[in-house]
Amino acid sequence: MEGEAYVRDTEQGERSLLPELDSEGAIDAVISIDHVTKRFGEFVAVDDANFHISRGEFFSMLGPSGCGKTTTLRMIAGFEQPSSGEIRLDGKDVSRVPPYKRHVNTVFQQYALFPHMNVWDNVAFGLRATKVSKPEIVRRVTELLAVVHLADFATRRPGQLSGGQQQRVALARALVNYPSALLLDEPLGALDLKLRQAMQLELKRIQREVGITFVFVTHDQEEALTMSDRIAVMNEGRVVQIGTPQEIYEEPTSEFVAGFIGMANLLAARCEGSDGEFRIARIGDQAVKVASNGLAIGDEVTLMVRPERAHLRTSAPPMDLAGVSAEVVDLVFQGPIVRFDLRSPDGTPLVAHVGPGSDLPLLRPGDQVWMCWEPSAGRLLPRSTQGFPRPDVLEY
Amino acid sequence: MIQRDDQGRKRARAAPWLLLGPGMLFLFLFFFFPLYTLLEMSLSASPSRFASPVFTWEWANYSEALTQYGEQFSRSFLYATLATLAALAIAYPLAYVIAFRGGRYKNVLLGMVIVPFFTNFLIRTLAWKTIVGDQGMVVDMLRTVGILGEHESLLRRPIAVIGGLTYNFLPFMVLPIYVSLEKIDTRLVDAARDLYSTTWRAFRKIVFPLSLPGVFAGSLLVFIPAAGDFVNAYYLGSTKTTMIGNVVQNQFLVQVDYPVAAALSFVFMAIVMVIVAVYSKLLGTEDIA
Repeated sequence: MEGEAYVRDTEQGERSLLPELDSEGAIDAVISIDHVTKRFGEFVAVDDANFHISRGEFFSMLGPSGCGKTTTLRMIAGFEQPSSGEIRLDGKDVSRVPPYKRHVNTVFQQYALFPHMNVWDNVAFGLRATKVSKPEIVRRVTELLAVVHLADFATRRPGQLSGGQQQRVALARALVNYPSALLLDEPLGALDLKLRQAMQLELKRIQREVGITFVFVTHDQEEALTMSDRIAVMNEGRVVQIGTPQEIYEEPTSEFVAGFIGMANLLAARCEGSDGEFRIARIGDQAVKVASNGLAIGDEVTLMVRPERAHLRTSAPPMDLAGVSAEVVDLVFQGPIVRFDLRSPDGTPLVAHVGPGSDLPLLRPGDQVWMCWEPSAGRLLPRSTQGFPRPDVLEY
Repeated sequence: MIQRDDQGRKRARAAPWLLLGPGMLFLFLFFFFPLYTLLEMSLSASPSRFASPVFTWEWANYSEALTQYGEQFSRSFLYATLATLAALAIAYPLAYVIAFRGGRYKNVLLGMVIVPFFTNFLIRTLAWKTIVGDQGMVVDMLRTVGILGEHESLLRRPIAVIGGLTYNFLPFMVLPIYVSLEKIDTRLVDAARDLYSTTWRAFRKIVFPLSLPGVFAGSLLVFIPAAGDFVNAYYLGSTKTTMIGNVVQNQFLVQVDYPVAAALSFVFMAIVMVIVAVYSKLLGTEDIA
């Protein structure tokens, strides 16, 4: 329910999420997840997920392990059935339809290629199960092997291929059926970093080329940001936010999203008043201006500032900047930026990325500075009841 | 430095031989050597009934073995084939259920498959004799429902022998099939079902082909000892169900005609080897990754 409230302020959310539009399916939604809950015994794996995936979209489900993203994907594929709610594919309720009767195909985590068949037979497997004519099978398999650049490997066994090639066979095997949507379950997880980055671009290219909806499950926020048109961030079975990568990054609606996507400074604050279009938030004994986003005056809130939006000063900031005093804990030269690890007077760890062209004097651990930012760069989030994300989440 | 390297390399080259040594020695002493004496025996002839056989390139032993016992040979391979098929039909579903539906009872169920092995082979066969005996429950039941006539029995008929062979060698079929099924990644079945296959098609196209190595190993482990077995035919059969094992046993221990018995053994071995070669060619198991 939290998720739904937030999703409403996002642009796409408004279009696809308001329940009134649900029943009509008026929008070009390939997949509709309609208030779906999945329980395994007592454990709630997916809690009231409710969203649509549009035709031709690259849609990611992002979250830490155990957040319900894979379960959601398996429900779309048909391997699990929702405990309540409805899943619609091309407008038809498929909640109780077995996988082999659903026009979606999956790229599995470890590819799950058939080891006793060569590449050609692997790719042709789905077509041979349906009533596709022989010449059409040959045409389509040839076409898809060309798309994934594996035309010369048709007679190889999966065991004779590299990880990246196996990945592409898995992709071709699914896409050759021209599914309504392609479901990808952490397909890049088994590849090393370089190959993974190459495959990210390759996947994007293939998606543009075939124009099929991709539903991509990942725990890697960078991957999701790089590839997606829209991202659904999930945590503990709930969809906490849906939006474009930019919205998710710049306008997170919860501490979790702020901490999970990129790095975030999270400061405990209290909403004290307003000043025109800004709210005044109090952090310790400092009052800072911050863009308003509907939180009520008097609320305990969390103020989020991205490290790259923060800069450092050795003196108190002027009235038009927001800032908090802090102590330098460590500084790390990272090439394009210098990363400052700071600590606020109440002990909150802070991070600032300082780029070239700043006129800071030489700073050492122990020095007192001010971490400042434009009021529009700060963002107020409701205080989560679970406390701040752990530092290692923050560093993610 | 160089010397040490040399030594190291020498040692590395010697290591596999040292590891092979004990096994090879054992094989040589207790397999190849007796095999050789048996071969010599198969080409020997006894000058008189009580004298020891002498090596004389006596090919007549082989013509006797090949011409006189065709019936027992073909019966042996027929019974062994039927027992193998029966064991396969029973073992495959059993192994399948243990591998995929066994859950935490997997090991208990496997243990139950092996438990009969704690009993002596002979005892098991005699137990089987009691089970299918004329006073046993099975015959009683079959007579009641009219499958068997009032005075018909199961014992002394081919079905009793084939049943005994199946029963005795069943675990040899279950275990290898179980192992090969257990290795199958169930996500492959998910993948097949995702690619428009019913569970049945997924089984035919994925699970069964991938379990073939187990089927292959299991059927050899049942077929070969079953074809050479004499205990089941001896206790459960009659003179009309004599297998080649019984002939060999009879020649060795009753007739004391060692040369013919040895020749029979070699003919049997040759046939088994041909069958195994053809069978592995047909199944092509070395192809399966």
